[in-house]
Amino acid sequence: MSVLVVVEPEDLDDEGAGLSVVSQEVLTFARSLPGEDVDAVLVGLPCAGAPPEAVLAHCREQGVRRLHVTGEPRLERYAARAWARVVDAAAEAGGAAYLVAGGTARGNEVLAHVAAARGVPMPCNVVAVVQSEPLEVERQVVGGAVLERVALRAEGGLAVASVAGHAVAPEPAPSPGETRVGEVAVELTEADLAAQVVRVEAEEGGDTSALTGANVVVGAGRGVGGADQFDDVEALAARLGGAVGVSRVVTSLGWRPHHEQVGQTGSRIAPDLYLACGISGAIQHWAGCSSSKTIIAINTDGEAPMVTKARYAVIGDMHEVIPAVLEELS
Amino acid sequence: MTDVLVCVKRVPDTSGEVVLSADGSGVDGRYAGWTMSSHEECAVEMAVTIAGDTGGSVTVLTLGDDDSVEQLRAALAVGADEAVRIDAAADDYGPADVAAAIAEVVRAREGEGRPFDLVLVGNDAADTGDHQVGIRLAHLLERPVVAGAQNAAVAVSGDRLEVRSSVSGPTEVFDVPLPAVLTVWEGGVEPRYPNISGRMRAKKARVEVLEPSGAPQGSGRLGLRVLPPPASDVEVLGEGKAAAPRLVDVLRELGVVR
Ligand SMILES: Cc1cc2nc3c(=O)[nH]c(=O)nc-3n(C[C@H](O)[C@H](O)[C@H](O)COP(=O)(O)OP(=O)(O)OC[C@H]3O[C@@H](n4cnc5c(N)ncnc54)[C@H](O)[C@@H]3O)c2cc1C
Ligand SMILES: Nc1ncnc2c1ncn2[C@@H]1O[C@H](COP(=O)(O)O)[C@@H](O)[C@H]1O
Repeated sequence: MSVLVVVEPEDLDDEGAGLSVVSQEVLTFARSLPGEDVDAVLVGLPCAGAPPEAVLAHCREQGVRRLHVTGEPRLERYAARAWARVVDAAAEAGGAAYLVAGGTARGNEVLAHVAAARGVPMPCNVVAVVQSEPLEVERQVVGGAVLERVALRAEGGLAVASVAGHAVAPEPAPSPGETRVGEVAVELTEADLAAQVVRVEAEEGGDTSALTGANVVVGAGRGVGGADQFDDVEALAARLGGAVGVSRVVTSLGWRPHHEQVGQTGSRIAPDLYLACGISGAIQHWAGCSSSKTIIAINTDGEAPMVTKARYAVIGDMHEVIPAVLEELS
Repeated sequence: MTDVLVCVKRVPDTSGEVVLSADGSGVDGRYAGWTMSSHEECAVEMAVTIAGDTGGSVTVLTLGDDDSVEQLRAALAVGADEAVRIDAAADDYGPADVAAAIAEVVRAREGEGRPFDLVLVGNDAADTGDHQVGIRLAHLLERPVVAGAQNAAVAVSGDRLEVRSSVSGPTEVFDVPLPAVLTVWEGGVEPRYPNISGRMRAKKARVEVLEPSGAPQGSGRLGLRVLPPPASDVEVLGEGKAAAPRLVDVLRELGVVR
């Protein structure tokens, strides 16, 4: 019995980047499942038998027995169903009983295709194993405010589940894996490739990666007061080498683009510092920022949930506090 | 002429506190009120825009009890033409059951010679967050599916759809043949507000009620628990401008400024 993990590279253009943090987290989580071995499958980087050394290094560190890769050149552009075919074939080849991936947009989508094709359930955004026999897990529902307990059954097929981002911290395996590389072969059909990315428009429409990759995020909510009131927020983000993240009120009012939105229907972030200004901290916003290492709130209301949940807070008008901080830093 | 089916789910509005029902099997929406996911509001907007651009129609569907008509009427008020309710207790239905029930309606309409060219669902429901109804539906109907769609336009020829999504980084463009399924993600379109005439029309519109065939397998839910709020250990650094020096000290301690 083995556990198969769908892994994603951190950065397709950077050979040295290795696996994404979420993939390393899921490999760590996979060791809490009842499999003897952890295998991995890498899809979005066709690399016939020779994956980047940095990817292999992360796999060895995480104790991966076997890394399945594919040399199919048509997989370079994203096509969820075709990716799922490769994942399914790797599960078959490696005798997987459990199949897991990060609860990212891609991870959830690819797993749902595998689960649909096999006709098995797929609990998503699992955070922990809560009972081993029979296996039961808890997963996030209602934007992470509630945990639901469900069974995860491998009998009679494959048990499929996605793992919520930042539910576990990545830890090296007790002993490194040998990570043998094997190639999976699939015959892709026209239907597998019917919904495939035809092109990528780098700048247009914005990009969430600046936000999700930032070490510092300066958050801004309704308390900013208007679309033309972001100068100090932007200046502080720039001074701290970070990105601006906003609440849904801000995007729905059209003050800022949606790709800056943090939360249940925006991006999930996990920066070292989240400095939340003029944000009340509703559940749906918290869903996206609760994995931040340190949270500092600036709010006029000392009772706002963002303040009570934060590590540090300043009570006051953000447009007085931020300029004073910038002044202090200059 | 693109005929669109858009599926919406009645969910508790949890912008405030989350309260479980007495038996702990679900979230109690009685005090908080009910809504649909913001992804689905955008799906309705996308459906109405596409139907408007192509001279097609919008049918809105929900699987739920009698109360879920409220969400159907919300979609009718902003331009959906027809409404269908599959009469069932949504809590008893897992995502595979919901997909099967929707597929049944799609096939029935096909049989009547009024097929849907496009089916839209939300990327994930705001309560169960299963992230899979649209994809299971696409497999059942043997249609292509794009997840996380934020913007979509039907080609002039009417048989292809250009779809954009920026949810995984840079904007990705898909070009899929119709009929197709999309799961919609908030952000690419701005849902319109209903006007008075829309509201009036929605109030009077007929809602077709269908009985589901077969029993659901269920969601597999064994229990729910609300996470206790973390004990507050907030350290208040001060008030207003005067707190700036201490805040900067903390930024230094955290190593984010030197
Ligand atoms: C299905 C669903 C999905 C959702 N998804 C998201 C999501 O992804 N992300 C998200 O953010 N929300 C989401 N929401 C909305 C969420 O419920 C809240 O409405 C939203 O987060 C509130 O935004 P806010 O904190 O900016 O505004 P408010 O709640 O209005 O809070 C404003 C805060 O600013 C403070 N303030 C006012 N003036 C100042 C000032 N001058 N200086 C400092 N502080 C000031 C106030 O004290 C208050 O705390 C979702 C809701 C639903 C139903
Ligand atoms: N009971 C329901 N009635 C109508 N549509 C639903 C229902 N449940 C889920 N859906 C649709 O499927 C999408 C994804 O749901 P899920 O896969 O459960 O997260 C939702 O955003 C809705 O558009």
